[in-house]
Amino acid sequence: MSDQGIYLDNNATTMVDPTVVEVMLPYFSEQFGNPSSLHQFGNKVGMALKKARKQVQALLGAEHDSEIIFTSCGTESDSTAILSALKAQPERKEIITTVVEHPAVLSLCEYLEKEGYKVHYLKVDNKGRLDLNTYQNLLSDKVAIVSVMWANNETGTFFPVEQMATMAKAAGVMFHTDAVQAVGKVPINLKESAIDMLSVSGHKLHAPKGIGVLYLKRGVRFRPLLRGGHQERGRRAGTEAAASIIALGRAAEMAMEHMEYENTCVKAMRDRLEEGILASVSHCFVTGDPDNRLPNTANIAFEYIEGEAILLLLNKMGIAASSGSACTSGSLEPSHVMRAMDIPYTAAHGTVRFSFSRYNTMEEVEKVIAAVPPIVAQLRKLSPYWDGEGPLEEPEKAFAPTYA
Amino acid sequence: MWDYSDKVKEHFFSPKNAGAVDGANAIGDVGSISCGDALRLTLKVNPDTETIEDAGFQTFGCGSAIASSSVLTEIIKGMSLDDALKVTNQDIADELDGLPPEKMHCSVMGREALQAAVANYRGEEWSDDHEEGALVCKCFAVDAVLIEDTIRANGLKTVEEVTNYTKAGGGCSSCHEGIEEILEMVLAEAGEDFDPTAAAATATPAGEPVKLSPFQRMKKIEAILDEIRPQLQRDHGDVELIDVDGKNIFVKMTGACSGCQMASATLDGIQTRLVEGLGEFVKVVPASAAQLAAVGA
Ligand SMILES: Cc1ncc(COP(=O)(O)O)c(C=O)c1O
Repeated sequence: MSDQGIYLDNNATTMVDPTVVEVMLPYFSEQFGNPSSLHQFGNKVGMALKKARKQVQALLGAEHDSEIIFTSCGTESDSTAILSALKAQPERKEIITTVVEHPAVLSLCEYLEKEGYKVHYLKVDNKGRLDLNTYQNLLSDKVAIVSVMWANNETGTFFPVEQMATMAKAAGVMFHTDAVQAVGKVPINLKESAIDMLSVSGHKLHAPKGIGVLYLKRGVRFRPLLRGGHQERGRRAGTEAAASIIALGRAAEMAMEHMEYENTCVKAMRDRLEEGILASVSHCFVTGDPDNRLPNTANIAFEYIEGEAILLLLNKMGIAASSGSACTSGSLEPSHVMRAMDIPYTAAHGTVRFSFSRYNTMEEVEKVIAAVPPIVAQLRKLSPYWDGEGPLEEPEKAFAPTYA
Repeated sequence: MWDYSDKVKEHFFSPKNAGAVDGANAIGDVGSISCGDALRLTLKVNPDTETIEDAGFQTFGCGSAIASSSVLTEIIKGMSLDDALKVTNQDIADELDGLPPEKMHCSVMGREALQAAVANYRGEEWSDDHEEGALVCKCFAVDAVLIEDTIRANGLKTVEEVTNYTKAGGGCSSCHEGIEEILEMVLAEAGEDFDPTAAAATATPAGEPVKLSPFQRMKKIEAILDEIRPQLQRDHGDVELIDVDGKNIFVKMTGACSGCQMASATLDGIQTRLVEGLGEFVKVVPASAAQLAAVGA
């Protein structure tokens, strides 16, 4: 990969594994048939889909392969889960979620509020952790669904979703988790859990973009988002994206094979990067909960400088990462995740997320460790909060610009 | 990633005049840390000639904020203070071969830092009255605050009216849902419901519409523009009437008003005053080059 630069943005999307590409290719050409067709063109495709479903089932530790519903993306899975719970239980008008969810959940919830639903947004502390007492007190028979992410896409911080699902179950409330960032990176065993629904997105685990999964526990009441043909047992109509589903199946199998590697070698690269940067750059810190997070994610806040500027300089050196700064998103506010953790603005704008995959190498890590300090120094030299070797004394008082 | 011009990249990767100027006698601090941009501009002004002998910047911000700051210092070095004040944010953006619409505020920040620094040199208070909201219309770079204010000021009720007054929503139309939401919110404050099927008002009912002859109407337009003029001149700008063709009133914006990002807002303000004054719906349009040539302007 290094001839194309160093890719440390795997929480945004991943490279499709070459063997995954290989297994999907025939389904564009000789195996183009519709799996619903009776003739031989369709039949083989049907068999391949069946296999893919089993492969995904295995990765999720689901009890039945019929609990796997293929969708078009993680976002569709999230929408399907939440809207299904509301449709199936019209008398329940409340939703519980968290302030740090992905927009796939948050935007939908904000929209549902306008439709008259009451949404409870659980807050997080400065390490991105939830207070389960508050959660317990909100569970009631007015709540249609709880939707809480397994791992945060920006910081990698885990939420105790298995425990929260058990609590929801005890209160008779449905539980959904957006596990888009967790699936393929940490072991998951749904048959042993009380989780009713779970979202997966293929492109985060080396399958193509535009393929997702909704896990739906057998017996959980369900209302489809898309009605039409009988595909996915009528739970998600529309001709199957055969090539992508087959690709996701293979990617799921490979994720299983690499689970150990992810949690040892990939984790070691992440840890080395963090340690190396923290040792050589002053005034920076890891955001989220370092003791309880994805093995591949490091989110570092560089104080007194801005994230997009850091990314541009990194990019010039062939290093790809991402940032929670306002400017990278085109909005005026820095990342809602950083704000929720009460990270000061002077640091929130300077957060950089480095996210690894099994394709990274220790050699790349050392290159990044060498590249970061001069970039930070270069930008701090331009910063009005910085003076020579360190920040101004009481930087936010010493430089307090007129709001414009 | 943003589609930055080579000029922006050049000024970002090798900024000019970074750091505070030694012996500075004018400092302008502007920005908004919550938006992720802040700028300190330091100038060394020759007190005898009032020319800017040196300029330096310190910026906390993204690529285009740093590039805008850098190019600003290059533009103003050697200028007199009065000339420097005529530099518009559009001049800054133009010098950079353009900025993405989401990033125009970076150039606005540059211009404001300059105004603040000059005010500081002259011992004046500088305060900024433009509040910035989330960008709603990406085609014409119109933000939520401007849309809200325009709806309130003009009693707008439909998306079409908002487009007529602010241009927002006049391009790709993807932001219509966002505009409807703002309408809903503002109308709700007045206890009204937003009606998506309502037709846009074609005339603002400002008293009894009096039928004016074309000549009287022209005189009236001139008179209204004269009323507005002092306001524009205070901001170092001006407006000139070029032509009237039915509902279209063609004007030329001059001085600081020309090419300023607020030009469209200014045009809308003028339009509002004309609509009120004339008691009919008119559209204020910047005159084309051909029209300007025809009147020798
Ligand atoms: C936590 C989380 N949920 C949902 C999504 C959306 O997935 P997709 O892009 O497949 O719709 C993402 C991806 O950005 C994510 O990180």
